[in-house]
Amino acid sequence: MSLLALFFKRKPTAGVARERLQILLAHERIATGHSELLAKLQEEIIQVIAKYIKIDREQVHVKLDRGKDMSTLEIDVDLPSVMPLLGARG
Amino acid sequence: MAKVLVVTSGKGGVGKTTSTAALGAALAQNGANVVVVDFDVGLRNLDLVMGAERRVVYDLINVVQGDAKLAQALIRDKRIDTLSLLPASQTRDKDALTPEGVARVIDQLREKFDWVICDSPAGIEKGAMLAMHHADTAVVVTNPEVSSVRDSDRIIGMLDSKTAKAEKGERIEKHLLLTRYDPGRAARGEMLNVEDVLEILSIPLLGIIPESEEVLRASNVGSPVTLASPTGAAARAYFDAARRLAGENIEVVVPMERKGFMSRLFGRRVA
Repeated sequence: MSLLALFFKRKPTAGVARERLQILLAHERIATGHSELLAKLQEEIIQVIAKYIKIDREQVHVKLDRGKDMSTLEIDVDLPSVMPLLGARG
Repeated sequence: MAKVLVVTSGKGGVGKTTSTAALGAALAQNGANVVVVDFDVGLRNLDLVMGAERRVVYDLINVVQGDAKLAQALIRDKRIDTLSLLPASQTRDKDALTPEGVARVIDQLREKFDWVICDSPAGIEKGAMLAMHHADTAVVVTNPEVSSVRDSDRIIGMLDSKTAKAEKGERIEKHLLLTRYDPGRAARGEMLNVEDVLEILSIPLLGIIPESEEVLRASNVGSPVTLASPTGAAARAYFDAARRLAGENIEVVVPMERKGFMSRLFGRRVA
């Protein structure tokens, strides 16, 4: 390799670094934002349900699916077979 | 009123401990009452960088667990009498730090000092979360390099969601400290430049610390760089950053080692 080639071969790479970071972080910010939103949503849903029904906290699942045309929010609550209603008059 | 500041980064080896020592010393050299607190339990190093490694008797864990009084664990700097160090434990596990214990110690420190500067461990685990939890202000230390910028972005997200201020719905003040910066390489497009990093992270710039031999020389002898070579480029950048933290409005420049053509070229205003 000639000295000249050595001189001209090195292209500045900072631009590549900037672009890669911008794309990556745009995705990561959305992903972490989502997981926090879901954690909050799950917690508040559990609190509301727990006001009325005795439930196992582990048995509540919140899932968000992002589709192209439609997104779905799935809330799955396993209720005990005999529902002990809180505050019900007996 | 006392300010609690966390020096954090996510990534290791970017200059958190160096910056904690230098900013703490610079604030104290300007007359403020400062304590620097090492949160890196098990891998303490702030004592070594500050030159106090042989004076450690009690540490943060001892105080958190009530085995020692705060006054017994604080080490007063021999060069600047308004600067103190609360070392981390080298032998204990990080689980020995409890949120309640840390809250109590931070409250006590707030009463004694103007600045409480917490040196965070690397990573996003418990130790880093505890170090940032009580902070009013965060200094995010970042190198102009992809992995460091990515980790800083993650840490900024955590500062905005996991700290006591964030939980109360308040905003935590965040500042970017760009370290190990090489203005020549940045100008040649070989390194992310200041504008690149600021655009990506979008938090205000506290300072630019140039890559400098003085930083290693200072840690070799156990002295914050602002004390070891106060007129050098790195120290001047830390002094400026400390004055900005204290609320002064000084324009940010890239300090250069030599004056002259290069300095005129790169010592320009950047933000």
